[in-house]
Amino acid sequence: MLVDIQNLRVSFATRTGTFEAVRGVSFKIGTEKLGIVGESGSGKSLTARALMRLLPPNARIDADRLNFDGTDILKADERTMRGIRGKRAGFILQDPKYSLNPVMTIGRQVAESWRQHKGGSRKQALEAAVDLLDQVRIRDPRRVCDLYPHEVSGGMGQRVMIAMMLAPDPALLIADEPTSALDATVQAEILRLMEDLVSKRGMGLILISHDLPLVSHFCDRVAVMYAGHVMEELSAGTLAQAKHPYTKGLLNCLPSLTHPKPRLPVLTRDAAWLQS
Amino acid sequence: MIKVEQLRVRFGDNEVVKGVSIHVPAGGSFGIVGESGSGKSTVLRALSGLNDAWTGNITIDGQSVGPRRNRAFFQKVQMVFQDPYGSLHPRQTIDRILSEPLLVHGIGDIERRIETALAEVALPSAARFRYPHQLSGGQRQRVAIARALIAEPEILLLDEPTSALDVSVQAEILNLLADLRERRQLTYILVSHNLAVVSHLCPTVGVMLGGQMVEVISAEDLRAGKTQHPHTSELRALSVGLEEPA
Repeated sequence: MLVDIQNLRVSFATRTGTFEAVRGVSFKIGTEKLGIVGESGSGKSLTARALMRLLPPNARIDADRLNFDGTDILKADERTMRGIRGKRAGFILQDPKYSLNPVMTIGRQVAESWRQHKGGSRKQALEAAVDLLDQVRIRDPRRVCDLYPHEVSGGMGQRVMIAMMLAPDPALLIADEPTSALDATVQAEILRLMEDLVSKRGMGLILISHDLPLVSHFCDRVAVMYAGHVMEELSAGTLAQAKHPYTKGLLNCLPSLTHPKPRLPVLTRDAAWLQS
Repeated sequence: MIKVEQLRVRFGDNEVVKGVSIHVPAGGSFGIVGESGSGKSTVLRALSGLNDAWTGNITIDGQSVGPRRNRAFFQKVQMVFQDPYGSLHPRQTIDRILSEPLLVHGIGDIERRIETALAEVALPSAARFRYPHQLSGGQRQRVAIARALIAEPEILLLDEPTSALDVSVQAEILNLLADLRERRQLTYILVSHNLAVVSHLCPTVGVMLGGQMVEVISAEDLRAGKTQHPHTSELRALSVGLEEPA
């Protein structure tokens, strides 16, 4: 098992007491693609960040088990964590505009992440960077190497982010809303590229998104989160037969091009969902 | 109601909008779709008076408008922006934000109007003396819509009003916009990259590519797949393909 999470809880100390943002999440991932879907504030990003221990200092992580590739994340020291972050697990964030260094060329940034984990000379690293950019299907990678992040489009920026994350051959890729800042046409391209690379390299993938139908196209399993709980976990193909009213509600409230509805059904939340 | 003829917008040497024409009847809704950089928001900004470097003809309610707009125009036309986090003043209360258009346009009866405006967008009256950061994203977008409606405009320009919101909140906002249109006989121009959202709210859809309106199509034809331009077909295929769960 690549990732083994049992009863994960993330809480924050606030002025008025503690707030539990993630309340008992459990799942396991091997070399497969898991989608985590939920509204904002459902705790989906925090779950992924807890796995990398990338949380603000006032956050508290509790879990019965929190293992990544045989390492106990709860007990690991910072040194071990540094060996995991980026190296054995890559993290792709929402907006490439804020994740890339604006004053460094793309080639140097990709080369830096390759060299950080693999060593080697500056020249070797630059060659590796060109190769990586080619793998994420950037046409003319040598030209792109010399560009600065502001000179490329959002889709290209996200490809560069993926190239950087792939440099150390990680076992797991965590993508937190990787395409929300992109156009629909580019969105599909990037997700297809990610799916393709993940399958080809035999990696695990955690894809976090708020778009349920979209995720189901690119993942094997989907976990639906609401208010810090996993409401339902199902295989992507059976999404249409989802049982939980929350999952059904999320699917129903989308406007549809092919099946127009005069009025969109609104999601009614039930306090009983959080009891079980 | 809105008539745009051969609108051109140029930023330096780069022409971003290359002769776009739009006709929207009173009470009608027109949707604009396209990828980023296709010029769809630029059309809206020229129309709303936020950008005065354009050429062509814009007629609103039978009156031709120039680059500079008068106060009556701004009372008639209001705009709602994409990002509810960025479009509200962080250090003003909702009460202050909503009273601003009334003060600018010299409309009295502020007390009652704010009460009604909040009720109309289904916000609790307790929200009135809160700051934007104390509200959720959906509530903030409701405030932005209330602010646009409080001066009683006839035209609402909507620039990606739901793309920063969760799908459940998106459904609420789209229902709200549909209700308001019916109640107040508003005319909408909606810009979005989401074909499903646009065709849900607008009976007519214009597709933009590289600064040109390559196709104007009715929402029914779009649903049925009777598209003329390859770009429209491409956008439709993507939207349909990703819409259905796998």
